[in-house]
Amino acid sequence: MKSYKSDVVIIGSGAAGLASAIEIKKEDLSVLIIERDKELGGITLQCIHNGFGLKEFQEELTGPEYIQRFINQVLDLKIPYLLDTMVIEITKDKLVYAVNNEEGLIEIQAKAIILAMGCRERTRGAINIPGFRPAGIYTAGQAQRFVNIEGYLPGNSYVILGSGDIGMIMARRLTWEGCEVKAVVEILPYVSGLLRNQVQCLEDYDIPLITSYTVTKIHGKDRVQGVTISKVDRNFDRIIGSEKFIECDTLLLSVGLIPENELTLNAGADLSKNGGPIVDNNLETTIEGVFACGNVLQVHDLVDLVSAEAQRAGKNAIEYINTRYGNDIPSQGKIKCIAGDNVNYIKPDFINREDLSKDVIFTFRVNFPDRRVQIQIKDEENNVIYKRKKVYVIPSEMVELKINFDKLENKIESDSIVIEVIPRPEVLIEEDEVL
Amino acid sequence: MTTIFDVLIIGGGVTGCCIARTLSKYAINIAVLEKDADIASGTTKGNSGVVHAGYASSREYVRRNLCIRGNKLYTQANEELNFPFIRNGSFVVALEDKQIKYLEGERKRGIEDGISGLELILDKEKIRYMEPNLTDDVVGVLHAPTAGIVSPYELTFALAENAAMNGVSFFRNEKVKRISRQNYVFKVKTSSNEFKAHNIINAAGLYAAKISKMVGLDYFDIMPRKGEYILFDRNALHLNKILFPIPTKVSKGILVCPTIHGNTFVGPNAQNITDKKDIATTEAGLKEILDGGRMLVPNLPTRASIRNFAGLRAVPYNSISDKIGDFIIDNTDVYGFINVAGILSPGLTSCFAIAEKVEEFLKLLGLELKIKEDYNPIRPKPQRFKDFSKAELDEKIKEDPTWGRIICRCETIPEKEILDAIHAPVGARTVDGIKFRCRPGMGRCQGGFCRPRVIEILSRELYIPPEEVTKRGEYTSFLVGKTKDRFMEITEREELE
Ligand SMILES: Cc1cc2nc3c(=O)[nH]c(=O)nc-3n(C[C@H](O)[C@H](O)[C@H](O)COP(=O)(O)OP(=O)(O)OC[C@H]3O[C@@H](n4cnc5c(N)ncnc54)[C@H](O)[C@@H]3O)c2cc1C
Ligand SMILES: Cc1cc2nc3c(=O)[nH]c(=O)nc-3n(C[C@H](O)[C@H](O)[C@H](O)COP(=O)(O)OP(=O)(O)OC[C@H]3O[C@@H](n4cnc5c(N)ncnc54)[C@H](O)[C@@H]3O)c2cc1C
Repeated sequence: MKSYKSDVVIIGSGAAGLASAIEIKKEDLSVLIIERDKELGGITLQCIHNGFGLKEFQEELTGPEYIQRFINQVLDLKIPYLLDTMVIEITKDKLVYAVNNEEGLIEIQAKAIILAMGCRERTRGAINIPGFRPAGIYTAGQAQRFVNIEGYLPGNSYVILGSGDIGMIMARRLTWEGCEVKAVVEILPYVSGLLRNQVQCLEDYDIPLITSYTVTKIHGKDRVQGVTISKVDRNFDRIIGSEKFIECDTLLLSVGLIPENELTLNAGADLSKNGGPIVDNNLETTIEGVFACGNVLQVHDLVDLVSAEAQRAGKNAIEYINTRYGNDIPSQGKIKCIAGDNVNYIKPDFINREDLSKDVIFTFRVNFPDRRVQIQIKDEENNVIYKRKKVYVIPSEMVELKINFDKLENKIESDSIVIEVIPRPEVLIEEDEVL
Repeated sequence: MTTIFDVLIIGGGVTGCCIARTLSKYAINIAVLEKDADIASGTTKGNSGVVHAGYASSREYVRRNLCIRGNKLYTQANEELNFPFIRNGSFVVALEDKQIKYLEGERKRGIEDGISGLELILDKEKIRYMEPNLTDDVVGVLHAPTAGIVSPYELTFALAENAAMNGVSFFRNEKVKRISRQNYVFKVKTSSNEFKAHNIINAAGLYAAKISKMVGLDYFDIMPRKGEYILFDRNALHLNKILFPIPTKVSKGILVCPTIHGNTFVGPNAQNITDKKDIATTEAGLKEILDGGRMLVPNLPTRASIRNFAGLRAVPYNSISDKIGDFIIDNTDVYGFINVAGILSPGLTSCFAIAEKVEEFLKLLGLELKIKEDYNPIRPKPQRFKDFSKAELDEKIKEDPTWGRIICRCETIPEKEILDAIHAPVGARTVDGIKFRCRPGMGRCQGGFCRPRVIEILSRELYIPPEEVTKRGEYTSFLVGKTKDRFMEITEREELE
């Protein structure tokens, strides 16, 4: 068995893995990137549409263009990486086991590990659509890979279930390929992806968007022959009598992404409700010295935010190695962050008391869209410690807050805080008057 | 085909393959015909995978005895064939005091009929210790320690592989259409060939009545009865025991059960239908099984479901005995034609006992059954990445680098296991064939990651273009063409001009 040592091992070479590797290399620590695919870059390689880099580079790039800038830096900095290599296990002692077909089993002793394995797509089973199990059912990302990377068409006429970004982008992509997209069907009363994609991918191509509907049956014993869609009520229960049949030979599912958590779980890290690991404000998981960033932590809609988060993870891993690694520094306690009204989940899950003097970056998603809201943080006694106005919130856009608690008037005394998104009090009055 | 087979088995389900393997020790010439692109594509693919202890059905039914005997035969068969199987034991769960009497009766009858270890447990603490996920409402259970779980299709592949190793010929994509007879030789016409045989064994599952009618034997019918299932992610729930409710007249009820690969499933319901191809799950059915399952395990992890599926029981009506729902295993009036029909539950459990019975029939028919000298009952255990220690793994990859290329990340399946599945005797030819042999696509992502890679490997190994790789045979291809076909046409034309 080959054994190596590296200060930091990074698992995954997507936007997250590359940005954190560059950060670490700048500090002159040794770092190794391990990637199971045959090239660096991750999911962005198959996202040949534009819309990447507006924040990071103030330019509109395609996925491959965006990631190439990071790949170039990795090459310039001579950061070592292994391709076609799958990490199969990580331990609490920060041993990383990986396999590839040239070296066999590889064991790497790291001081810190950065998890950057990305996410996976939810499948038909996860949403339990009844009916036959014919060929012709794909997740949108799978179809994207077939079309953009392998050069094959999975079908001729499509229904796309779910109006997530990948689904909408694929609706346009397939139309360009001369395929027919019969409809994008969404169970919610609104599009679940970004507004920009609704306009640029569906409306511009006259692709019908059918909201408050879902697929309730798949037809075809061998190959998909069509789907039945039904209208749903507010509780997402099917309304009997609303069924419509749509003929198609392919059903694409764009019904959500979940962090890739197999390794995280097996290593013994605790997971939070969103499927990613529980982390503190340093993006450190419940295993000391193991950090997480990018889609493995939480599903991001903008790659720019992934890169920024990954740079933070990289910096924190450096700080860990330079200060805490091998030293027993007592903790001053943790403050738990709880998702309150209209907050689906919140990262970080904990804040270290000793870090209250630093900037803490919160990221979260709301459960439902709202306008003219107030985002507030309360302690256990219901004291509002922080508040901020926002014009609108929608589930498809992650919200980011940067707060330095020591600079705030109210201090956190309690062991937990609640983050909530509520209608602005004054707006309530205004609207009452209108009514 | 000029060969005249001594025995021709119609149907490549667990019944047909088990008979083939059992007979393969004899110096006779055997073939199996299967209409689908792969064996184990019928009922054998969609069932509970429980090796029943044998207490449930009534004593007038042959299936009760065959089940009890079949259960016992699993031990040796498993040692020889190395398929995934364990005896983890089952509970029949009483939720009301008055049901205890029923359990006591079943225990008594079971012990009389030779089922070992049957035990009525009323100590709630002990029950919950043995199965912590069981509902608080439990008042008692009948524990059958000899009950077990098996992977029905992996059992069938093991049977077929061993049979093929011992000389049995398997023909897939051969649908039997007509049978005629001349001078004691059956002529069996399929969609594309003709086969000749002295003896025929009809193990055609749902279509057994149709095959029987081809030789003029019209004394039973097969009615499909659907059972639906939901399968949960491995990480979501882990059960020790197979959990049955008190059975009803039509079925053993909706169970909650671990699979041999560590997942949990709930199901099946029982719905009489008419279309033998209708393996669609239904909204009402999925709700019914979840409601049923919650009676036994209240906190079913509904959010962690990874797949739903259905299987069809071949429920027979025998017009001679006027019985519904018992196996029809007959040495018929048509000399040399044996019916093994209506093999509904517990057919999987009974397969080895059914094969013994067929063996006896063939002896009665005067077929000389002499054991071959070179008969090898051992089908080696397929090598699995997951079973290796780290050091072994390292060795393996050095010997063969395809051990080091992981194709399925959910189940950690390397390319080597997929190549083995393709190149095994009666190997995989379709994506489902690979999935059922070595599990890529069975995990929580259900093929999201590995499918393109599996298609690529099949295309390479079978020398066919990717568009011709199918899910499970004709009309089930995955890809409809290349993206740039149209574009290529245009540029070529331009160049010509
Ligand atoms: C289809 C799609 C369209 C998008 N469109 C846009 C857009 O228009 N604009 C925008 O700004 N953002 C977009 N995004 C979001 C953004 O691109 C992603 O959130 C971001 O690229 C994720 O980066 P990541 O590094 O976290 O994950 P990934 O890029 O998925 O990288 C994870 C890497 O880890 C590797 N890996 C996983 N497990 C292992 C293991 N065990 N061993 C070794 N390697 C492993 C994987 O092979 C992969 O390469 C899109 C995302 C998707 C999925
Ligand atoms: C919901 C459900 C749950 C069950 N649970 C259990 C259980 O827990 N334990 C247990 O012991 N049993 C169980 N069973 C029963 C068990 O699954 C069956 O007894 C067993 O699979 C029957 O196998 P078979 O080979 O007879 O039929 P099949 O698997 O259906 O095989 C018949 C084969 O014949 C082929 N064929 C048909 N017509 C032709 C033709 N014209 N030409 C060529 N080939 C043809 C078919 O394609 C098929 O492959 C269950 C069944 C169901 C439906």
